[in-house]
Amino acid sequence: MAHSDSPSLVRRLGAGTVETAATIGAMLALLGRILARATPKRFDRRELVRHLEFMAIESLPIVIVTALFTGAIVVIQATPVVQRFGAEGLLGWGAGFGVLREIGPLLTALMISGRVGANNTADLGTMVVTEQVDGLRALAIDPLEYLVVPRFFGLVTTLTLMTVFSDLLALFGAAIAGQALIGLSMHGFYNGIAGGLIQFKDVAHGLIKSVAFGLIVALSSCHFGLATSGGAPGVGRSVKASVVTSAAGIFALDYFLSFVVP
Amino acid sequence: MPALYPRKTPSARRERESYTQCVITLAWPPQAADHTDPPGVAVTIPRTPNLVIRLESLGVRLVDRRRGDRRWVLHGLDVTVPRGCVYGLIGPGAAGKSVLLKALAGLLPIEEGVVAVEEVNVAAASALELEQLRRRLGMAFQNNALFDHLTVAENIAFPLRRLFTPTEDEVREKIAERLACVTLPGFEGRMPPGLSGGQKKRVAFARATITKPPILLLDEPAAGLDPVTSQRLFDLIRKDVKASGATCVVVSSDLDRLLPICDRVGVLVHGELLFDGTVEDAKRSSDARVYQFVNGLPDGPL
Repeated sequence: MAHSDSPSLVRRLGAGTVETAATIGAMLALLGRILARATPKRFDRRELVRHLEFMAIESLPIVIVTALFTGAIVVIQATPVVQRFGAEGLLGWGAGFGVLREIGPLLTALMISGRVGANNTADLGTMVVTEQVDGLRALAIDPLEYLVVPRFFGLVTTLTLMTVFSDLLALFGAAIAGQALIGLSMHGFYNGIAGGLIQFKDVAHGLIKSVAFGLIVALSSCHFGLATSGGAPGVGRSVKASVVTSAAGIFALDYFLSFVVP
Repeated sequence: MPALYPRKTPSARRERESYTQCVITLAWPPQAADHTDPPGVAVTIPRTPNLVIRLESLGVRLVDRRRGDRRWVLHGLDVTVPRGCVYGLIGPGAAGKSVLLKALAGLLPIEEGVVAVEEVNVAAASALELEQLRRRLGMAFQNNALFDHLTVAENIAFPLRRLFTPTEDEVREKIAERLACVTLPGFEGRMPPGLSGGQKKRVAFARATITKPPILLLDEPAAGLDPVTSQRLFDLIRKDVKASGATCVVVSSDLDRLLPICDRVGVLVHGELLFDGTVEDAKRSSDARVYQFVNGLPDGPL
């Protein structure tokens, strides 16, 4: 019954569009409120250090594993092509170009979103439903200042640093795979990267993306965490919404930044 | 002569606000006997020296997730709580008791009426006025609201450290004193998730009272406690409140233990205040619902 279904579909599309716009608006408003509280006097350094420890140091194992395999996989996929054209010397350039500009920032963002962003939402959501956030307000303490600002900057910093670390490890993994598969020496692989084809702007391109992805993951996880309602099931719903929004936001932003950033 | 802790320096922006809007001086420990207003406090409603809390036609509407609309949870509430009074707020489940406590602390949007706490109209107060008022409140929540990432000692000392600048020795001394009060000595290093329900309640009470606030809001402070611990906690509330001269609003379903410590009692049913008066009058109330609830009768209109 296409006739009877169409208004419902239109209504659902409209509702979805309005909801998406409202979420983006709320996240931008949250960004403004966070930046307004980011003055050094109001910054809780102890909380920032605590979050950096959890977000960055405890994420190292998963980032190491992901990055090493990512670099190796890029080389495995590229090897038949470079061998066909006798361009083994360009393997370093190919791996470096792909990892630094695209794969490194993207996969690191997805990993950090899944591990840290989801945990951040669950943490804040639990604090909301167990009245801990109200408890802070009742103690005349601004929850955004105490809970959100350190998490926000911790997450953006973590993602940027993890991307640098992940890029280096992915290239290391790629070099080892190149040596194992086609006997390309480490020196030869390095020459492919540093031979002039890869420039600083390629590194900067990836880093700019990592900061933007960090903003998306931090804003999404904090927004959905603070908006939690409905007890423990509500926390689950918020985590799901946060992870989905982060992932969609990362890919959408990646698409636009790939056009805009040189 | 009690030692005075300097208040934490507010941010530059807040300093600007405080110079232009209001100036309030907070000292530690608060002067329990001194009931005069701090100089410069923002007075947004007429002064009523002996009343700490005054509600006039209070109405609060909250979102009903099941129905998807907003419903009145409290409506037409008129209550006065004199200074130094222990006010028991009782009523059946979902009557709006916790909502009323949160409204007093300015944690909920108030759509109708006046909520005057220490001469500040919470319904119309600025963020700064609310913050200044909350520094004079101690609140224990129904779900305890203990911070899971902090130890028991850090939880208890949290308001002290965040709102004042005491020395570490003073903090340790106050923590030990509060833990002894709630019979939890030696629990300083424990984490809240590892505590029993009763222990969490006592830690929450210790945190709410560590700064000796002039106004205490306690939501089900003894829910889930065994009778002995519950009685001890209510005795402690009475003793603490009388010693500090604080004004206290207590929500509890344990009427046998709550009513003996109350100076006044309010009976809330479906968001409406059916009774506001002394415990003796409540027990003899001509309202069948109040009479049934206060006397714990199984048969009746409720």
